Amino acid sequence: MSMPPFLRDIEFAVDLSLVNAKGWCLDLLGHFLPDWTVVLASIVISGVAILALGPLVMMYLTLLERKVIGRIQNRYGPNRVGKWGLLQPIADGIKMFTKEDIVPAQADKIVHFLAPVVIVVPALMVFLVVPFGERMTAVNLNIGLLYFIAVSSITTIPIFMGSWASRNKYSLLGGMRTAAQMISYEIPMTLSVVPVIMMSQSLSTNTIVMTQVGDLDLHWFIFTPWGLVGFLIYFLCAVAECNRPPFDLPEAESELVAGFHTEYSGMKFALFYMAEYMNAFTLCGIATTLFLGGWQGPFFPSWLWFFGKTFALICVMIWFRGTLPRFRVDQLMGFAWKFLLPLTLINIPVAALWFFVPERLAWLYSIAIFAVSFWGLVKLNCAFVPEKRIYPLAD
Amino acid sequence: MIFGTGILKGLFVTLKNFVTSYFRKPDNGGIFTVQYPEERDKAIEAFRNFPFLAYDGTPDKVRCVACGICERECPPKCIHIVMEIDPLGKPARRPSVFEIDHGLCMNCGMCEDVCPFDSIYMDHAFEVTAADRGKELVRPKEALLKSNDYFLKIRPGTATLVDQKRRAAEEKKKLSRAATLPPQGPVS
Ligand code: SF4
Ligand code: SF4
Repeated sequence: MSMPPFLRDIEFAVDLSLVNAKGWCLDLLGHFLPDWTVVLASIVISGVAILALGPLVMMYLTLLERKVIGRIQNRYGPNRVGKWGLLQPIADGIKMFTKEDIVPAQADKIVHFLAPVVIVVPALMVFLVVPFGERMTAVNLNIGLLYFIAVSSITTIPIFMGSWASRNKYSLLGGMRTAAQMISYEIPMTLSVVPVIMMSQSLSTNTIVMTQVGDLDLHWFIFTPWGLVGFLIYFLCAVAECNRPPFDLPEAESELVAGFHTEYSGMKFALFYMAEYMNAFTLCGIATTLFLGGWQGPFFPSWLWFFGKTFALICVMIWFRGTLPRFRVDQLMGFAWKFLLPLTLINIPVAALWFFVPERLAWLYSIAIFAVSFWGLVKLNCAFVPEKRIYPLAD
Repeated sequence: MIFGTGILKGLFVTLKNFVTSYFRKPDNGGIFTVQYPEERDKAIEAFRNFPFLAYDGTPDKVRCVACGICERECPPKCIHIVMEIDPLGKPARRPSVFEIDHGLCMNCGMCEDVCPFDSIYMDHAFEVTAADRGKELVRPKEALLKSNDYFLKIRPGTATLVDQKRRAAEEKKKLSRAATLPPQGPVS
């Protein structure tokens, strides 16, 4: 695909407009202030951008979710506050701030207070390594992916803190489920990422995106057999990681009131909620980075591509929520350990095969391997159903 | 065998719902919601809410004779009636006080069923508000009185039947009165 040079220039300019805006601000500051403040300002600008982006994304995700779910159920969703309900999240925020903050009498006060504070920290920290666009990664860590996996798995601890400190049986059950579920799903999630690391030979999120360049910028990992399977596994695990339906056992409202955040109200509850939505966003963002080519894509500016893909994935999560009922606990664990885990283990050698065998043949082999293993796993996972007993004298 | 096809089918159903909600009519997959203050559902004739007192022509011609049947039959006892006494000290066969406590009324329609004088009927007006729960929700007679024309407008079916019945009764009364009076001409 060849583009006329001026078009390419324009695209480049739009692409980097946000980065350039930051550079321009720093230049301006450089005229008046000493050098070290400029360095500081650079950090502060990125930091503030991320700190503002997190809550903003969360607020509008709630609106998006309510709208989409509404449409799925043939309703309008919120449409009263502002045009199309666009101010609804702000109204919700104000409401949250004015709510009473209730702490159970028997609760462990300090831990109960700390849990919602702590949970937001990893949720915001993972934003650091998400490549939002070309040259728009806040910190280009060379172990970015490892950092992401490590930090995002901390989320289990504050959730368990909150559930333990509440001194409530429902909270505790929710917390137990969270621990079990998150730890189980962490494993297939991490393993599903391995082929990506193998192929791009790097843990840096930026490099991973850069290895997915190609004609039309469409050389994404998802267009390979291992990439597709890896993506599906990763995405299912991501849904489980951020406790969204159909894996929302930790807060199963029909059995556990609200699970781990039963005893939280007002802004503390909102913080839990915020962390959940920010996690959903970053997990989808990383899925985009790893399998959907990150900010790569023809014609549009890179950050638009990134946000477009991420929001598409989030819409799929919402779609799941509008469709599927909740898993049972044993099914949930079985699904992670007996289905996803073996499939990821098969996926890794298939990726290796892709590396060594010419493309056509590799497609053929991979499809064959996946078909056989999928069929086998389904067979093995089938629950034992006893034969229907017949009572000859009963009729 | 569980290959996940059921899940895909389910996902397809919701996706279809989502897409069709944008352009279909409510009766085949569109949005059902009626945006209440701006839009309203068409009123159904049998819809019932808080009773009103029907009068013929002018508000002083109330049909109610203050017999008190509805007062006794009303399950939550929210009707309060006082018979008017005329200067001679006789009951005037019309209510001087007729109140219904809207805070208590449960819109059951019992009063409509028992009234032998076609006086009390269930209304369609449901937007009843008051700034104070105690006093203001007790509606006086003036607020409850509504003309027969209004009745004909909101519930044409019932109202016409009632009107026919009343006219027939009137006629019969006239005839019987005519029969008891001495004949003043050739009787047909
Ligand atoms: S509708 Fe029922 S509750 Fe209301 S006044 Fe009539 S009888 Fe009483
Ligand atoms: S409304 Fe009907 S039942 Fe009630 S007092 Fe009047 S005439 Fe009697």
